[in-house]
This record gives sequence, C-alpha cells and structure tokens, in this order.
Amino acid sequence: MSRIVVRGLEKSYGDARVLERVSITAEPGEFLSLVGASGCGKSTFLRILLGQERQSGGVVVIGDRPIVPEPTPQRGIVFQRYSVFPHLTALQNLLLVEDFRSGGPFGRVFGARRRSARQEAETMLERVGLGHARDLYPASLSGGMQQRLAIAQTLLGRPQILLLDEPFGALDPGIRVEMHELLTELWNEHGMTVVMVTHDIGEAFKLGTRVLVFDKVRHDPEFPSAYGATITYDLKLDRKSRASARDVAEVAAMVGTTRLDSAIATTAS
Amino acid sequence: MLATGTGAVQAGAGANTASPPPSVAKTRLRLINATVSRGGAVLLGTMPFAAVAVAYLSASAQRLAVNANDKLLPAPAQMWSAFFDLATVPDKRSGDLILWADTYASLVRLFAGVGLATLMALLLGIAIGFIPRVRAFLLPFVTVVCVIPPLALLPILFIALGLGETAKITLIAIGVAPVMVRDIANRVMELPPELIAKAQTLGGNSWTMVLRLVLPQIMPRLITCVRLALGPAWLFLIAAEAIASTEGLGYRIFLVRRYLSMDVILPYVVWITLLAVATDWLLARLSHTVSPWAHPESDK
Repeated sequence: MSRIVVRGLEKSYGDARVLERVSITAEPGEFLSLVGASGCGKSTFLRILLGQERQSGGVVVIGDRPIVPEPTPQRGIVFQRYSVFPHLTALQNLLLVEDFRSGGPFGRVFGARRRSARQEAETMLERVGLGHARDLYPASLSGGMQQRLAIAQTLLGRPQILLLDEPFGALDPGIRVEMHELLTELWNEHGMTVVMVTHDIGEAFKLGTRVLVFDKVRHDPEFPSAYGATITYDLKLDRKSRASARDVAEVAAMVGTTRLDSAIATTAS
Repeated sequence: MLATGTGAVQAGAGANTASPPPSVAKTRLRLINATVSRGGAVLLGTMPFAAVAVAYLSASAQRLAVNANDKLLPAPAQMWSAFFDLATVPDKRSGDLILWADTYASLVRLFAGVGLATLMALLLGIAIGFIPRVRAFLLPFVTVVCVIPPLALLPILFIALGLGETAKITLIAIGVAPVMVRDIANRVMELPPELIAKAQTLGGNSWTMVLRLVLPQIMPRLITCVRLALGPAWLFLIAAEAIASTEGLGYRIFLVRRYLSMDVILPYVVWITLLAVATDWLLARLSHTVSPWAHPESDK
C-alpha cells in the first residue's frame, strides 16, 4: 500500500489561483474527508490526485514516485455523475474491468479468463446488492444503484487509492446511509486509502478518519482570485469514539454550512 | 412509477367528482401543453398528404377536361400504366426492365458513396475527436473542406476520374463525408471526461478505449448521421446521374424530361421518396438493435 505525499501544491487557471501551498501526508489505509465551501478547489485537488489535471507547482508522490499526469489503475475514482458506462449492463460494466486490464487487441478477454472474470463480477454484484439488476442498463437503475455499481466497478480495478468525488451528493438521505454502511464495510475489507470530497459535513465526520478543510487564508478585495485555497484544518479522528459535536460545529462554521443540525445528526447516525 | 402516476390521476378524478366544478374540464391548456391522442396524431399527420393529393387530382382533372392530351398533370391511371410498363416490360433496345435496372444502379452508387463516407467518418472522426495530435493535424483541414460546395467539384471529378461510376461515387462520398467527420469528431469530444478518466483508471489504453468506450458510445450518433447524410447523398447522386450516366433513377428523370413525360417523372419521384423513407426506417431499426441502451422503452 502507498502513502500519499503532497508538498507545496499549487494550481492556477490563467490569473486565477485555485490552490496554493497545499501540503499533506496520508498514511496507507487512511480515510480522508475533504470539505470546504463550493468552488474552494477541493475537487480540483482530487482531480490532480487522479491525474486528470496537472498541478501548476509542487509535487504529489504516491508510493515512492511522483504521479504521472494521467489516470492509472493505481488510483480508482467514483464520480457523482457519469459514474458508470451507460452503454453496458450492470454485469458488462464489471466485466469491462478485466477486459481493460488485459489490454489485448480486441479489448476483451476470452475463454477461461472470461469465465473467471464473470465469476468475480457476479460475486461482486451480489456483494453490493445488485444481483437482481445484472442485465439492466444504468439508465434503468436508481441513483443509489448506479453508485453501488460504480463503487463495485472501481474496486474490481483493485486500486491502491480510492478517490470519491461527492459520490453520494445526488442521493436521498435514506439511501445515503445505506451507501455509508456499504462503503465502510468495503473499506474495512480492502484497506485501501480513501480520499473523499463531500459537501456533507456529517458524512465527512462519519466516514473519515481524518477531516481536511479547504479554505482561503489570504484575501485580496481588489482581486478575489489572486489567492487560492489551502488546507486550513486537519483533524484526525479516532474511529472508536465519535467526533464531538464541538468539532463538527467548528468545521461547519469554517465551511459556512447552514445545516449544522443535520450534520451533527448524520455524524451520530 | 407508472402505478403511482395512475393512482394520483384517479385520486384527482375522484376529488373532482366530489366537488363539482365542471369548468375544470374546459380549462384551456397552453398550446405547448395540449397533447394529441394517437388517433388525432394519425389524422393530423395524414392531412398534408391528403391536401396535396386532392390539389393534384383536381388540377389534373381540370386540365385533362380542357385537353385530353395534356402531359403536364397526368391522371393517376396514366402514371400507373407508365410506371407499370417500366417495371415489367423489357426495354426494346437493351432488354432490361428499366425501373429495376435504374434502381439497382442508383442504389449501388448511393450505398457505395455513403458507405465510404461512413467509413471515413468513423476512422477520421474518432481519430480527430480522441487523439489531440490528430485533431491538431486534421481538424483545420476538414473544417475548410466542409465549406467547399461539392457540386462545384463535380466537373473536376469528371475530368479527373472520367465519366464512370468512380466519379459519381466519389462525388457522393466527398459531398457527405466532411460533415459526418466533423459531427462524429464533435460527438467524441463531447464524451463526458469522467467516463474517459474512469476507463483509464480501469486500465484502458487508447486503443481499447476506442473499442470499448468510444465506438459503442458514438454508434447511435453515427447512424443518425448516416440518416441525415442520405438527403444530400440523393441530391449528389441525382445531380451526377443527370450530367453523365446511361442508367439510374436521376438519369431517367432527366432523360424523359425532354419529352415532358410527367407520367414517368412523377412516379419516379414517388419511388425515390419511398426508397429514401424505407432506408431511413431501416437505419432507425438498426440503431435500436445495435444500441438498445440509447433507446429506452419510452421512445420505441
């Protein structure tokens, strides 16, 4: 398993600086929750970790070498939208993982390898509770089922690091709680490092072993985009004892959320 | 979902009968919300066809009443007998059944031209849309080629390639390919970056992503593209046949024009229309078969 080390990370789009002086070290198996106001750059940070975007400065090291600026199987991702392939059924979505991994000229595995891939895919479908939906296209699945499928697909890729970009943002609260349980179980089983961006403070505290708040520390009233956000708060949580309501309130105040009650309720659930 | 929908409607109906405001039924919806029943849609859809038919029949009857030998607006019976002769009586000179020989010659040209264009759209469109280097290399060129009026190239093609089949097929291919290439390239560029990133995290390389992600994703669009391209393709086909050919639907129309043979021209136009409609329908079915995911049950 691999550590993530980020040192002096910067990201600008033209004159607009989004991130600056971001430094953090994450040990293998940690579950990082990234929170912050909208547009503070936490998703940008995640996309840099993914390799979808390139940083303007600083280094990101995963394991023992700097990341390549393109997505690789080392890092898996679950997005909020377009999280699975709409042209494949649930089962085909999972089979695709082995097909891609083989990298052959047909983009497909055959024979014994296909049978074992199928076996694995079906087991995984059952694991995430989608056994009954194996032959449905994602358009016929509910939002929660699509995200289950997306997580299953990503885990079949056996990533060392799992990146989650507001994976449950579009789900109903009830479904969200189910997804929290599923994700926690899978994380306990696989033990990979998780980095999750979320808007939901309660979710951040409930799932994470560590909560990171992104915010701007410097402001230029003349030119608001002159300075970027950085990590302003880094709270390690003890899994055994729940986060205190005071911590939640403190982070909620930093992020500027108005839904503090629901945040504390989610944390307690 | 359907069940709850009907439930709500029934509940609403029940509420209406309980409290009696009959004015509700008369509420006039906005034009954009007033939907049409299935029978109403068939009726409305038939009306323009019927209007054209009635207009033609009455005009034709009037002219034939004045002059029974009038050639401009022949009666349906005249057209049918002329068309039937072309379909069943072998030509005296060549021994061919003219309608079928014309249809075969035209369709071979049309499908060869559109087929070539489709192949180019697939290869170039995906390459331009998916690979930044190819895009930088070819997109400006394709964009410029797109705005050249293909018919202006027709003389060049006839000079360079002769008057045979090659020139006609090339005209059709050149006429429709650039727009198709651009359309497919745009569609590939519009693929959600999330899907492409995800495919890479699952180990996809450029080639396997083309096979397993890009190709299936653009297939419905490609078929739509072919359906749209068939219109211009027919235009180029008939133009090319009108100028240099010895058989073909377009050739026949322009040949008999010299004799004012409207009794042949009009059925031929209807025949061409039928062929075009049938092709379009088949392509739409093909899209359902090839990409069922892109056609949810609702729009079948």
